[in-house]
Parts: sequence; C-alpha cells; structure tokens
Amino acid sequence: MDAIILQILNGLDKGSAYALIALGLTLIFGTLGVVNFAHGALFMLGAFCAVTVQRILSLSYSVLDETKKDFLGNPLKVDTHYIEAWFGPEIGASIIDWSVPLAILFSIPVMIAVGFIMERGLIKHFYKRPHADQILVTFGLAIVLQEIIKAYFGANPIPTPAPALFTGSFDFGVLIGFAENAITYPIWRLVYFIFALLVIAAVFAFLQFTTFGMVVRAGMADRETVGLLGINIDKRFTIMFAIAACVAGVAGVMYTPINSPNYHMGMDFLVLSFVVVVVGGMGSLPGAVLAGFMLGILEAFASMNEIKQFIPGIDQIIIYLVAIIILLTRPRGLMGRKGVMEE
Amino acid sequence: MSKTNLTRRGLLKTGAGTGAALAMPTIFSGAAWAASHSGFTNAPGDSSVTLGFNVPQTGPYADEGNDELRAYLLAVEHLNGEGDGGMMSTFTSKSLDGTGILGRKVNYVTGDTQTKSDAARASAKSMIEKDGAIMISGGSSSGVAVAVQGLCQEAGVIFMAGLTHSNDTTGKDKKANGFRHFFNAYMSGAALAPVLEKTYGADRRAYHLTADYTWGWTQEESIVASTEAMGWQTVEKVRTPLAATDFSSYIAPVLNSGADVLVLNHYGGNMVNSLTNAVQFGLRDKQVNGKNFEIVVPLYSELMAKGAGKNIEGVFGSTNWSWKLQDPGTLAFVKSFGTKYGFPPSNAAQTCYAQTMLYADAVNRAGSFNPCAVVEALEGDSSSLPGIDSAANHGFVFDGLGNGQTMYRASDHQCFKDVLVMKGKSNPDNEYDALEIVEVTPVKQVWYEPDHPMFAGGDLGACNPGA
Amino acid sequence: MLGLNKKDALLFMIVALLVGIAPFLLNPFPEGSSLGQMFNAGYPDLMQRFVIFGILVIGFNILFGLTGYLSFGHAAFLGIGSYSAVWMFKLLGYNIVPAILLSVLVSGVFSLLIGFIALRRTGIYFSILTLAMAQMCFNLAYSVLGNPNSNFNLTNGETGLQVYGNDPQYLMSEGSREIPHLFGLAMRDSYQWEISGWLFTFNTGYYLSGIIMLVAFYLSIRIFRSPFGLMLRAIKSNKQRMNYTGLNARPYALAAFVISGMYAGLAGGLLSSMDPLAGAERMHWTASGEIVIMAILGGVGTLVGPILGSGFIEYFKNILSKINDSLLHQWLSWLPDGLEDGIVWVLHFFVGKGWQLTLGVLFMLVVIFLPGGLVEGGQRVGRLFRRKKGGADGASAKQPAE
Repeated sequence: MDAIILQILNGLDKGSAYALIALGLTLIFGTLGVVNFAHGALFMLGAFCAVTVQRILSLSYSVLDETKKDFLGNPLKVDTHYIEAWFGPEIGASIIDWSVPLAILFSIPVMIAVGFIMERGLIKHFYKRPHADQILVTFGLAIVLQEIIKAYFGANPIPTPAPALFTGSFDFGVLIGFAENAITYPIWRLVYFIFALLVIAAVFAFLQFTTFGMVVRAGMADRETVGLLGINIDKRFTIMFAIAACVAGVAGVMYTPINSPNYHMGMDFLVLSFVVVVVGGMGSLPGAVLAGFMLGILEAFASMNEIKQFIPGIDQIIIYLVAIIILLTRPRGLMGRKGVMEE
Repeated sequence: MSKTNLTRRGLLKTGAGTGAALAMPTIFSGAAWAASHSGFTNAPGDSSVTLGFNVPQTGPYADEGNDELRAYLLAVEHLNGEGDGGMMSTFTSKSLDGTGILGRKVNYVTGDTQTKSDAARASAKSMIEKDGAIMISGGSSSGVAVAVQGLCQEAGVIFMAGLTHSNDTTGKDKKANGFRHFFNAYMSGAALAPVLEKTYGADRRAYHLTADYTWGWTQEESIVASTEAMGWQTVEKVRTPLAATDFSSYIAPVLNSGADVLVLNHYGGNMVNSLTNAVQFGLRDKQVNGKNFEIVVPLYSELMAKGAGKNIEGVFGSTNWSWKLQDPGTLAFVKSFGTKYGFPPSNAAQTCYAQTMLYADAVNRAGSFNPCAVVEALEGDSSSLPGIDSAANHGFVFDGLGNGQTMYRASDHQCFKDVLVMKGKSNPDNEYDALEIVEVTPVKQVWYEPDHPMFAGGDLGACNPGA
Repeated sequence: MLGLNKKDALLFMIVALLVGIAPFLLNPFPEGSSLGQMFNAGYPDLMQRFVIFGILVIGFNILFGLTGYLSFGHAAFLGIGSYSAVWMFKLLGYNIVPAILLSVLVSGVFSLLIGFIALRRTGIYFSILTLAMAQMCFNLAYSVLGNPNSNFNLTNGETGLQVYGNDPQYLMSEGSREIPHLFGLAMRDSYQWEISGWLFTFNTGYYLSGIIMLVAFYLSIRIFRSPFGLMLRAIKSNKQRMNYTGLNARPYALAAFVISGMYAGLAGGLLSSMDPLAGAERMHWTASGEIVIMAILGGVGTLVGPILGSGFIEYFKNILSKINDSLLHQWLSWLPDGLEDGIVWVLHFFVGKGWQLTLGVLFMLVVIFLPGGLVEGGQRVGRLFRRKKGGADGASAKQPAE
C-alpha cells in the first residue's frame, strides 16, 4: 500500500510537469491555432533562467593566494562572491541558496518578453500557413534556441539545488495514518506539485473570471465572430502567447532542483507533452491537465518492478500504449472538441 | 576471401603509376606488406598522414566529446613537434621524436558521432572514404565504439577506442583492427569490491538500477558478480529506460525494499539525474538494517561529478585515470593540457591522448602504416606484466602514459593497468576537484582470462589491411 | 515516353541525368584543396545516402503530399526494413536481393497493420497515433528486444544488429563474398577516375540505389498522375465531400500508407545493403521528424521536392559536422590575421559541433521565405530568368501553375 501511495505521489509529480507544459501548448493551440514545437524550448529557457540567476548571484572576483597552489603549480586563484563581500558571508550565502525561488521573479518578465517577441516576430506570420509549416518553423526555432544555450552553457547538466530549507524529505505517511518513515517524500517535489496546482488554478481563474479571459475563450470558440464584433482579438492572442510562454518558463525554473537542467531537456519533454495534449483532446484545457496527471501516474505505476517483471519493458511504452488505446476508443481524446485539428 | 573495398587514397597512392590499376578494383592477396607503403586502405603519401577523430559533438555527451577532441589536438601537436611534448618524454617506448609519424606530418579530421551508432558509422565512413583517414579514434559510448570498430575492421583501418566501458568492446564484439586503452565493467567491479567490503562490510544488501542498454547490462553483470563474490546479496535488479529523465518512480521502491546499498549502473545524464533523485529521497540519511544507507556509482566521469554537484559527496566509483595522480606521465600531461586549455583533463581525454600516442608509436616501431603491421606492433613481443601467472599474459608492455605499467594484451587487444577507485569529495576546492582518489587497485587484482564467461563468444579474427 | 506526359518525361530525364553525373557534380573542388576537404560530397557513403533518403521521402510524399495525412512515425518502417535486411544477411548470406525483398515485404505488413489502426483517426490524432507506434517500436528495439543475453535477441539493442561469424548464413557457399553484393557485384566496390587534381568516385552501391530511386521516382510520377492519385488528392482537399459522393476514403488512404511504408522499407533495406548494420536510432521520433522536415523543405506534394529536401539535409548534416576550426583557418589563410581569426570565430558556432544550429536557421529561413519549399525557390529563380529573357512581354508574367 505504501508503495502504491508513493507511486501516486511520483505520478502526480511527473504529471505536474506534463500538465504545465501541455497547458501552455493547449492555450497556444486553442487560441492561435498554432502547433508550437518550440514549447519544450520555452520550458528549457525557463530552467536556464534559474541557472542564469544562480550565475549572476555567484559572480565573483578572484584574488591570488600565494600560499596555495593550483593544479599547475601556479598561485591559486581564490574566488569570492560579490554578494558575500557586500552582505557578509552568511546573508550572501543564503541569498545564493535561494537562487531558484528568486529566479521565478526573474523568469516572469524574461519569459513574457520572449513570448511577446516570438509571437510578434515569427508566429504571427504563420497563422494562415499549414500546420506542417508551423511545425517546421517552430522546430527550427527550438533547435536554434537550444544550440544557443548549448554554445554558452555547454551540454553537461548544471546542478541547481533547492534552498536548504526545502531539501530533504517529509514524512508524508504519518499524516495519513501510516507508520513513521513508511512514506517519506522529497519536500521540493511536494512544493512543485502544489506550485503546479496553483499555476493551473490561476490560469483557469484568469480565463473564467476576467473579461479578458472571456474574450479569449470566445475567440477560441469562434475567432471570426469575435473579430466581427470589433474586438481586437490579435492583441489578446499575443498576450495569451506570452502567458503560455510564462507558464512553461516558471515550470522550467521550478523543475531545476528536481533534475539538473541541460540544453536538451525541452526536447525530452516535447514529444511526451504533445501526446498529453492530444490524449487530453485538442483545444481542451481541462483535458490537458487531466491527461498530464493521468499519464504521469500510469508511467509511475508501470515502472514498479512488480509490473515490469510481469510485462518487461512496459515502462518504456506505457504512455504511447495508453495514448493509442484512448485515441482509438475516444476519437477526440478525453475532452477534445469536434473539428479542432482534425483536418 | 577477396578484399576489394577500395577507398580513394589507397588507390591514388598505390595505383598512381599504372593507369590500368585505376580501371580495375585491385585484388590484394596479402602477405607482402612488410616495409612497403602500399597494398592497404588509405596508404598515406610521403609528406602527411591523416587521422580521424570521431567524437560526440552534439547530444548529451557533447562536453565529454569536446574534452576528448582537446586531447586529440594536443596529441597531434606533440606528435608534430609543437608544444612541450607532453607524455612523449615520459613514454617508455622512445620511437616518437616530434617529427610526426614515420616522418610524415600528422593531419586530422573531426566528425560528430551524435552518440548514435548509425551517425557514428556515417561519420567514420566519410573519414575513410573522403578524407583518407588511416586510423579512427574516439567514441563516448560502447554501442558507438562497437559499431565503429566493426566498420574499421571491414574497411581495413585501425580503430583506437576512446571512452568505452562495456565488456563487449573487447569481449563478444572484439575485432583484430580494434584496440581499447580504457578499462571495462569487469575491472570496475573487481577494483571496487574490495574497497566496498573494507568500507561497508561484507554483509550488505544491494539494489541495482541499470540503464536498459548494452553497457548497462554488462556493468550490472560485472558488479553483481564481484559484490556477490564477497558476500553481498542482490535484492533487486531494475532496468530503467535510457530516455528516462526523472527516476523518482524507480528510486521510491528502494526506500522500503530492505536494501542498504543502491548501485547506479548509469552514465552521463542518467547518472546525474538518478543520483540527484536518490539524494532527494533522503536515501543518504537513511538507516537500514542498522547500517547507513550507501550509494555506489561504479563508473565515474569528471563531468558527471560536476553535473551532480554536492550529491556525490562520499559516493564510491571507479575511473580509468585521474589528473591527481603524481606519476611523471600524468604530471607532464596535466601540465601541457592545463597550460593550453586552463583546466585539468578528464579521464576520457587522457585515454584519447594515450591512444593517439600508442598508435603513432606502434606505426613507428612497425615501420609501416599497414594495419597488420600496426596490429603486430601493438600486440607486442610477448613481454608480460610482472606477478601475473597466466598463459595470456603477453603483449605490448609500456609505461609513462599516466597509468603506470600497462600492457596491451595480445589475445583481445584490451589494456591491462591499475584502476582507480574514487570517492566524491566533501569540500571541493573548485569544480574540477569533485573526486578524490581512494585507492589505486593494482592490475593484478583486475586481471581476467580472455575466455572469462563475461567476455566469451567473440572472435578477434585476422587483421584486415583493406584494399 | 513510358506513359509520362512531355513535362514529366523531361523532369524524369533531368533527374536521371543528375543521378548519373552526381559523382562529378558533388566533387566540384580539386582533391586535397581546403574547399574540397570541406565541401566535396562525392564519396560513396554520402552519395548512397542522397539517393536512399530520396526514395524514403518520395514514398513519404505519396502519403503526405497527396492525402495530407502527416505520419510522424515513418522512420519505424525504415528501421523495420533495415532490420529485415540484416536478418537476411545473417540467415541466408550477403546477396542483397532476398534482403531487399524481405525488407519491402515486412515493412509492407507492418504499415498495413499500423495504417489500419492509425487511419481510423485524422489530423493530429493520426499523427500522434503513428508517432506513438513508432516510439514503441524504437523503445522496444533499443532495449527489451535487443538483449544479447536473452533468448530472444531480435535487434541487438544499442549496438545495432550486425552479422556475426557464427551466424548460419545458409546460402553462403565457399567463395561467396563476405560483404553485401548483388550476385557478386559488391556494393562497396568503386571505380575511381583521377584527372588533373580532381578525383571522381563511381560506386556500385550508389548506382544500384540510384537506379532503384529512379524506378521509385517513376512509379511516384505514375501514381501522381493516375486516377488513384486523383482520389488521394480528393482526400486531402475535401474528405467529407468525397464521403458524400459515396466513396470510402479509407481504403485509398490505407493503400497510400502501405505504399509509402514499403518505400521506407525499401530505403531501409538499401541502407543495410550499403552498410550491414542496423541501429535502433533510425526509428527514433527525431528521425521521423527529419523525414517530415525533408518533405516540407523540398516542397510538399511536388514531384521533385522530396529529392531536393533529402539531399539538402543529408548534405548539410554530413558536411557541416566535419568542418573544424583548423580547416577554416586553412581555407581563410589568405585573409589578414585579425580578420581571419574574427571570421573563423564567427563561423566556429555554425560548423562542427554547431551544425545543428545552422540547420535550424536554414529550416526557418526556408519556411519563412519560401513557403513552397526549395521547389518554389527553384521556380522563383526560373521565373526571374524567364522575365529577363522575355523583356517586352514581362508585364504579362504568368501566375505560377498550382
């Protein structure tokens, strides 16, 4: 039982990342009708916002220490972080320690700017083009973005730990009546899950309860009519694209302590999140979220040894297998609308 | 068997005089190669010779590939008499004098394997067919190394493997034209087991997470065998997909499995993520069966250590070499690499540098670029390593390339040398200081017979000089 | 000619001519010059790739270009074809005829199966179904079906399926060649012609694949121009209307899917025949994506687009990744030192380890500025010339025929 609860937690955690990326993808699909293959790259850019903040905070000056030698026998360069020099070692160290949460503040304006530039500069010109062209141009953009990151940060994963306060694990089991230490779960992963729920809730609330959101939803349903009513839907779509980029970005920032970021992490998530979106149903936001969590949990279960022994290799194909079964039984995914992306 | 795999250089140089030879695929009958510079694939001209360096330049192992490339360029510099000569001065075989190889200037071409066997073969083929490379070196994965080694055997050029750790490279998939300086999974197991026993005791229960591909399988097999031999039990062996990025669902079951050691048979990004996840789940702080829970990473690399950051503190693993060794070869190499690039070399870089030097030296000693002559030179004069009583203990013995006394074993083209057991350092001085040497396991302890079951099933075959 | 109209016959002749003289065209620079070292592409492996990937994308274009069904898992058939061919080498011997026949057959069976399931859906749902099935094939081939220690080693995993000395090879007799051959004519054999510094290689495998590609190309022209092709176009332009007229679109789409799957299998079989090792990576989704990109880049739905697109990508992939700084320095050594270093520093990011960046930029440029792919680029250039020549009647420039 404890093993199953642990895997459910793992599934929710995996699902959080899938759901956040799929949410942004669906927003872009639904509103702009664009297949955005660069969405994984936006997630990756978010993660590298965290790396950048960490780098900025640990900028340092070096002093030659004549008493110590480096590996070549030259005097050792001792680096001191500016931040520690300015605020004193303890406060400085704790600021650096908090670089990932701080990076969220940094990433929001950055990602909004990236989203804005992307939509105005590139995506806008592809609204009327075939989906195949959209795929190719955004795929090209994704490659360009990740190669730029690789040229600057290298291909190796870069460790970006969570603040000390959030490291270690939390005894989740005692809360629900299990023995001590039966179900312990990493704190940061719980934080990630809660964070994902908050972001998802915020996006839904925004679309549901604001006039802006109402117009966008109307635009998703029938773009032409909304345009005929004299509403400038294009401007709102630009903002929606920026929001979607921002959701992917903060999802990336928060993900960095779970797995060290590298330049191809976006591509790793890209295909899976497309599967998630389609399983959820094209153009359906709740569908994307539901499918994200569902596939996360199934993937977690499939990697349990008890199941793997029964069907070897099931953990490698489970997501695709489930996707096939769902698409064959439900023609438009879990909650898809008729006529969206069926051409 | 007739060999007609023509490649342009070979033909250009061999058939230059006779027009008729150009018009017909030459059929080579063998045996006449000694001291001649013709009759084999891509025979070099009188002024220069081309080597092919085939490393991953894109994909997850790109940084490692770039470090290998740096080492190759350094080796070429030294062979051509530029720079400070590096390990050429400490190498016990003294045939290299900075005038290139056999008096020919060394040129090189580079390619990108993308860590895919298909792409690696395409790149190697272009080196052989287009650039006339006489030797291919490189690789950062065993699948790629085995695939390219097979290609070189067919084409009739020498393959000097870079980083490849699977037993298969010099076991099931060994080839006469292929040579491996790097150590292998069996040696990792043999070197680690005594240290693990000393530190963690003989009564331990191990849980294995293994990357689900060729290298992972051979490493798991090796580590399980050597740890079980000293009394450890194996609780579970779980395969993880190579493409996995989040290992939480594989780590979580470890918590309550009753195991007290986790062995991560992962490499590169897999290892960084699985170790990070394991530490997140608090495995390092756990007490199981009254003992501290421990994690072991049998194959380390400096870049992985860097990527895993603080998580590797106190974690044991093994490497082929470390820049922290203090023998003259290492000192010379670290000095010239560090002066040129500003940071110490990785153990992948060292093996690539050593392989280039070993190839050049073998050609010089053989007096010919003919692959069969080179193979003969690298198989040596039946000198042997001291203290090992075995019929297979003969090959080419050398020293001064950083690993102490080393032997290229004639029977399977595997180098035998000391293996380093490493540990993640608690307070590293800088990012290159993440690992410390725990023990230099003597070669005697990692020795195995060529017909060992983990290496059985292969056939070296005969050397192939190509066209 | 051969049932082609005049325009198609001309196109076919041009393609055939290009295939014939490719060894000259692809080696425009003298052997040994730094330009030659960088940009010459006339070596057997790459020339073989040009025509084999041409076959693959010609087949893909029959499905995507005509019916509009975007398969995102086509690389699976390439991989299945490759594995089948290597299995023939392992079981029978190195003659490539049974290998290629089996690879076409097996991939045909697989495409029938996958197509039957996936074609129940349209649009992106179809794409994801094909993607999912191809990824399952890849994942299984890479690990579970490829463990050399298990009893069921179908794919030999990461290392790739290859022929081992202890394989049965029932049809091998004393004296049979031990490299892939067509009744004794080895794929790897080449004839080389050296003429005042230039070197041209004429490779058996290339010309065999080239001839097969021409046959495949001819078939594709016939399909494009046939009533069957018209039916496939009808699926693309308006499936509903087609249904209303009482025609069931699915059998036609399925036929197109199987044909293109068999083309992919043929390409896979040829790849293995040129180099008898089949790796699982050629089934990965990025490989499928590459096929899609080749088709779009060349010009979807055009006859010659697939050949251009696949050639374009294969060229840049193989050539750019092999350029390194020292070659660049050699090439630009005539420039003043500072300028040379500056240019090399900039180019450094686009070659060698940066080749993917260049490809990404090229994708974007082509899609942004040439919506119809490279074929449209060719048409524009053609029109430009025609207009110049026409002079007086330039005002009445014709609309491009679509």
